Amino acid sequence: MASSEPTALERLVNGILPENPIYRQLLGMCPVLAVTAGMRPAMTMAAATAAVLISANIMISLIRGLLKPHLRILVFTLTIATFVTIADRFLAAFMYQMSKQLGPYVPLIIVNCLIISRCEICASKQGLRIAIADAVGMSLGFTLALASIATVRELLGAGTWFGLPVLAESWWPRWGIMVLPPGAFLALGLLLATAQWFTQRRTANSHK
Amino acid sequence: MNQTPTRGNYLTQAWLVILLALLYGGALAAVQMGLGERIQKNKQNETYDQIPQLVPGADKAKTVEHEIQGQNHKHAIVYEARNQQGTRLGWVLPGSGQGFADRIELLIGLDPPLATILGLYVLDQKETPGLGNYITSAEKFRDQFSGKQTDPPLAVVKMDPDPKHEIQAITGATISSTSVSQIVNHTIENLRQPILDLPATAQH
Repeated sequence: MASSEPTALERLVNGILPENPIYRQLLGMCPVLAVTAGMRPAMTMAAATAAVLISANIMISLIRGLLKPHLRILVFTLTIATFVTIADRFLAAFMYQMSKQLGPYVPLIIVNCLIISRCEICASKQGLRIAIADAVGMSLGFTLALASIATVRELLGAGTWFGLPVLAESWWPRWGIMVLPPGAFLALGLLLATAQWFTQRRTANSHK
Repeated sequence: MNQTPTRGNYLTQAWLVILLALLYGGALAAVQMGLGERIQKNKQNETYDQIPQLVPGADKAKTVEHEIQGQNHKHAIVYEARNQQGTRLGWVLPGSGQGFADRIELLIGLDPPLATILGLYVLDQKETPGLGNYITSAEKFRDQFSGKQTDPPLAVVKMDPDPKHEIQAITGATISSTSVSQIVNHTIENLRQPILDLPATAQH
């Protein structure tokens, strides 16, 4: 059985592109839509999610031998909620303005299916090393996806990147809609379609 | 059915959940004990850091908090701004109300008799980005409050504002602009008399 499970390296690589949590699995759409108006909130969210995902995967992998099948989801949720609350308090203590800006979306990491799915698929079945590799890979994939959407939205909508001016207002009229909620759906939809188009073209080429 | 095995069963099944709940609860309590004070301080600092900008010349370390009852019978905390020698320079009043999208929270700086506005700061708002959220911008909106008289109340106009009583609305954000001016008017109206009734020379 152990031979059929992916190795640490496979888990790590899979998370980044082949099984990217956003572009391939469409998980965690709530933060994707809500916090990608700018790079700063998006990257803070990515870091908080990564911290929770890695901690939860480590914890679940360590206690995986003790889990009862029908109580496992309860244990996952309990573990995730604890780490999310810790992350939320740390943000409020050390990045107060950012914590105010992200508002309810930090506590909402608890219900990000990305984390519970990694606990279920990987950490509750495989050892510590593989669970960490898996969490790191998925976190990188999540960060990459958030960064791509936030870059498009912040550049087109506000002409800045990480709050630094990039496009001068004189020759780039602001697309205000991109930093508003509809812009999140537009950017996500177009980027998803682009990702899908590349994947299909690559598959078609490899079959020739 | 026998009682004892069932009871034992529950424990053998749930001991991990109970143990983890206790463990996590302890961890959260420790985090709160470690960081709680710092978080509280962050919230307070946000207000205190603005006091020197809202009342020019004020020293934030000399600020005195007064708890008063407004004319709407609700308790409010107002900040008495003082200079380094402890002389009263003015007041900072917190005010809030409904904006276009969500609640707007303001800090209003006023001179000692509450006749002239000295400054305005937006603590929290969720107005439309690119339009209504310009209420936070000093150049585009907030600066024009400085020097305005509080009696009669402020009015909002679209162009050519009167320098003493009128505020020029942000283009495309008339509701947000009006909301801010209304919150300023209501806050001053509500708290003016209780503040003027405070003892003239508080000890320091």
